[in-house]
Amino acid sequence: MKIVVCIKQVPDTKGGVKFNPDGTLDRGAMLTIMNPDDKAGLEAALRLKDEYDAEVTVITMGLPKAEEVLREAMAMGADKGILVTDRVLGGADTWATSQTLAGAIRNLEYDLIITGRQAIDGDTAQVGPQISEHLGIPVISYAQNIKIDGDSVIVERQFDDRYHVLKAKMPCLITALAELNEPRYMTPGGIFDAYKADITVWGRANLVDVEDSNLGLKGSPTQIAKASDKVRKGAGEKVSLDPSEAVDYIIDKLKVKHVI
Amino acid sequence: MDFMLTKQHEMARTLFREFAEKEVKPLAQEVDETEIFPRGTVEKMAKAGFMGIPIPKEYGGQGCDILTYAMCVEELSKVCGTTGVIVSAHTSLCCDPILTYGTEEQKQKYLPDLASGRKIGAFGLTEPGAGTDAQGQQTKAVLDGDEWVLNGSKIFITNGKEADVYVIFAVTGMIEKRGRMSKEITAFIVEKGTPGFTFGTKEKKMGIRGSSTYELIFTDCRIPKGNILGQQGKGFGIAMHTLDGGRIGIASQALGLAEGALERTVEYVKERKQFGRSIGQFQNTQFQLADMATKVEAAQLLVYKAAVAKSTQKVYSVEAAKAKLYAAEVAMEVTTKAVQLHGGYGYTREYDVERMMRDAKITEIYEGTSEVQRMVISGALLK
Repeated sequence: MKIVVCIKQVPDTKGGVKFNPDGTLDRGAMLTIMNPDDKAGLEAALRLKDEYDAEVTVITMGLPKAEEVLREAMAMGADKGILVTDRVLGGADTWATSQTLAGAIRNLEYDLIITGRQAIDGDTAQVGPQISEHLGIPVISYAQNIKIDGDSVIVERQFDDRYHVLKAKMPCLITALAELNEPRYMTPGGIFDAYKADITVWGRANLVDVEDSNLGLKGSPTQIAKASDKVRKGAGEKVSLDPSEAVDYIIDKLKVKHVI
Repeated sequence: MDFMLTKQHEMARTLFREFAEKEVKPLAQEVDETEIFPRGTVEKMAKAGFMGIPIPKEYGGQGCDILTYAMCVEELSKVCGTTGVIVSAHTSLCCDPILTYGTEEQKQKYLPDLASGRKIGAFGLTEPGAGTDAQGQQTKAVLDGDEWVLNGSKIFITNGKEADVYVIFAVTGMIEKRGRMSKEITAFIVEKGTPGFTFGTKEKKMGIRGSSTYELIFTDCRIPKGNILGQQGKGFGIAMHTLDGGRIGIASQALGLAEGALERTVEYVKERKQFGRSIGQFQNTQFQLADMATKVEAAQLLVYKAAVAKSTQKVYSVEAAKAKLYAAEVAMEVTTKAVQLHGGYGYTREYDVERMMRDAKITEIYEGTSEVQRMVISGALLK
């Protein structure tokens, strides 16, 4: 069984956010982590590896610095890492990103592709399903549990108040939620092994069946008008009142603020 | 000369820090208050490979260098001195002598369980009358057929009751050395559960209160002849060499405690206001912090140098002694200043620095007191 996991290096929310003049993120200047939903997806893949002896390949698109996130994934137990990096791919929105990743994945054999539900920087939840569309395979999003059943996967798809149990034939794509599992730690020995391993580096020339017009900033339909760091909210107010008094208190507050 | 850590070491530090913050820090105060050995944390560390960092992969370890191991103890100790010493005693004092002096059979038998953390290790040298003076040993081992019979007791044993495998030293005879009779000391591997091996009282300690410090009692305890570690009569050398390595672990623990106390203090002086401004704006605070930070970094350089020396040199006693001496004294000084800068709050158990100051004191005492380290360092100078 072969599993491809798409991961992304995202800004660490503990560090500051920095922007390029065009409004896109200045990724080179920020502290980064592996996107939490992607990490859960990787953990799900590694558990399938433990159980079914699967081969896990991690792939990321980004700056050369994104190699770090691949090493981290390999230190957790992934077998291979692929970095897709090229100047012409910079500034990509979800459309151009999914085109790029699909173009790279067309080079690979796979039974399962796992992506995170969404990245904490963009919060779109679009890339995973778009990749499946480009590759013409089924997608099950928001997975909170994954099981293998012969040549199919059985996945619990999370909703606000329930979950659906879905079965799909492989190959298929699953998008994972951070709540799916508690990702394992890297191991110290795994870190040193990961740095001894080769990372495959692909550029534009390695992408299969993708038009130039679908790549990078030029291939991105999304135009960013303005971007800014979020403004910190003031400290909230905590009151301890009986329910009826609490209702009156809240209504008064809302009136003062002209909400009602 | 390059003072930059490799990317691997940087990533390992990130791992240890993340683990310490998430798994160890939330329990540190409770572990200290209740004096309960953090078994759950040890299981998590075992899963993450922390119990066998410098043990080769062929024996189930992580196959990393001593610097990586030292950084692990450092990061754990930044948030909890107890957790730091559990890893240090297990790795440096039990896994390391078995790896260095064990037969292939002993390594195959004990190291995979120890390195994976399925079993915990301990080291028994100290006795009521034999601390710094290791020659004062009273515990005896007598060969009886195919077994050694142990009688005596060991005190202040870290991981005491929680361990499964113990490296124990005992007198196996008298030998003549330069015209004088002296004790022949031999090292043994003793397993928990061996008939005649029991535990005495648990020590009530000032600091590192979650580490299980016990007396070990041997009463006609029979162990197989094959459980000798190294050669008969070579125990003293094994103990001294093992302690050289152990001192790097304790120096790392001391370093972590000092770093942790400094971090807490920097946070605190920015928040604490007196006379209308944060106490960090007073020059006294700034100068104290500058001294603390400078000494902490000097300690770190000595500790890392000793760790690299253990990986690259056959003899590293002086490097280890300097690292332990300095890091332990810096830990005591920095944690004491941290408490002072916290004022009355620092004297309460609500604040981590109070615990860190108590934890720091032991680093000047165990695995060779600061005075012993000075003896080792000056002995090499005057040789």
